[in-house]
Amino acid sequence: MIVQALAFYMFATVAIAAGVMVISARNPVHSVFFLIAAFFNAAGLFVLLGAEFLAMILVIVYVGAVAVLFLFVVMMLDINFVELRQGFLQYLPIGGLIGVILLVELLFIFASWTVAPDAGAVAAAPMSALGEISNTRMFGRLLYTKYIYYFQAAGLVLLVAMIGAIVLTLRTRKGVRRQKVPDQLRRTRAESVEIKKVETGKGI
Amino acid sequence: MAELWTGYMLPTVIIVAQIIAIVVPLLFSVAYLTYAERKVLAGMQLRKGPNVVGPFGLLQPMADGIKLLFKETVIPSGANKVVFIAAPVVTFLLGLIGWAVIPFDDGMVLADINVGILYLFAVSSLGVYGVIMAGWASNSKYAFLGALRSAAQMVSYEISIGFVIVTVLLCVGSLNLTEIVRAQKDLWFAVPLLPMFVVFFVSGLAETNRTPFDLPEAEAELVAGFNVEYSSMPFALFYLGEYANMILMSAMTTILFLGGWLPPIDVAPFNWIPGPIWFAAKIAMVLFVFLWVRATFPRYRYDQLMRLGWKVFLPLSLFWVFLTAGVLVATGWVPK
Repeated sequence: MIVQALAFYMFATVAIAAGVMVISARNPVHSVFFLIAAFFNAAGLFVLLGAEFLAMILVIVYVGAVAVLFLFVVMMLDINFVELRQGFLQYLPIGGLIGVILLVELLFIFASWTVAPDAGAVAAAPMSALGEISNTRMFGRLLYTKYIYYFQAAGLVLLVAMIGAIVLTLRTRKGVRRQKVPDQLRRTRAESVEIKKVETGKGI
Repeated sequence: MAELWTGYMLPTVIIVAQIIAIVVPLLFSVAYLTYAERKVLAGMQLRKGPNVVGPFGLLQPMADGIKLLFKETVIPSGANKVVFIAAPVVTFLLGLIGWAVIPFDDGMVLADINVGILYLFAVSSLGVYGVIMAGWASNSKYAFLGALRSAAQMVSYEISIGFVIVTVLLCVGSLNLTEIVRAQKDLWFAVPLLPMFVVFFVSGLAETNRTPFDLPEAEAELVAGFNVEYSSMPFALFYLGEYANMILMSAMTTILFLGGWLPPIDVAPFNWIPGPIWFAAKIAMVLFVFLWVRATFPRYRYDQLMRLGWKVFLPLSLFWVFLTAGVLVATGWVPK
């Protein structure tokens, strides 16, 4: 038990520290690296909770794909750090105001937050069988029965986002010679090669 | 005090001993994989390969290692030092940690976790970080271009690897690597899922940045790609990491499709040979194909590489996921 408690405090501390570093690091690329550290520690917390499937999916999706693309974009930014810090005092009042409004909103939410009466039963449902059945199987059973409509709706939202991204970036350029693989494969020796006898000193 | 010893110290000592028992043979294999690569390439090009240092050149990897160790570590003045040093360490580390879940025989595994295959998938998808960190921290155009190519390439091919893994999991009904091998007791998955086997192998080549997909280090265009600024030990770590990743990818192929530690047929002379030896022999066979491919194929052009990943492998593997699921449901073979 002691090891688990120690591991929990380690993961939690490092996750929070990395989270703070994400917003305070000078270099945006370093911010992304700290974000990755935060993801890893969150995955560690999931493992401690016994949610190993979620932990692995977190690493695969967020660290393996999302953060790579993040890094991809941030690395190509050409940022002048002196220029970035110049207008700090000028923008402080309005930025601070937005921060205060957000904080007040969060406080309102937390003040009026109560656990729904039937939530306890839902939370207990997967736990009861965890001893006999693996975490992944239980997760699937719950996701594809009780929450199937929410799951499908989430998939639909992602599909719309994907189509949107493609539509926004798709442009047909004229005058581009693309490789047409079927055309290349259809070519035969007869229609593409012609053998001619060239006489010396005359050319074709 | 006795409780402290039996409860905490002893398990720690055992685990460390197990880790050493895995890592030392692995590093030895990595060293001799570089030797094997040079010998195989030489054989295919009618040359002799390394044959001077030691009998048959067998001490060549040691000589190479010592040479790299005694070179000066150069850190470019424009480089971001911490990330620059961290990049090869990350690459090397990721080549090693995947082995924690690999079963060498029935029950012979360091960590027999329920989501073993997802862990391996996660580790292989993190491999891109070593490359991308190196490219950015070097503060050099060539290194950066290599890193960008690598990021796009590895993210693209990961998707088809994911679908291949899903297909295998549909046939097994478990994410545990030991269960995956046990499910191949009667028939290796390479037979019924042959197209997926090919897709997985080719995607594995792309994932480990091997020829014909070694665009991140295309020496003809990018000097040496992402590791152009590296020298001495950091360079050696990249090199070791790349080869450790190759062995890990071969082990994944063996577990998913070639029946892991199982003998080809479960009859007398074959099942006398212990499982780990079968496992090592299969890995060696897959590695030989890796080297064979390097000797045979020219490098892909970048747009063709992307086309292969997105327009050929992705639809094909997606189709096979549906087909496998359909067949399993129609015939009632769905694993419980």
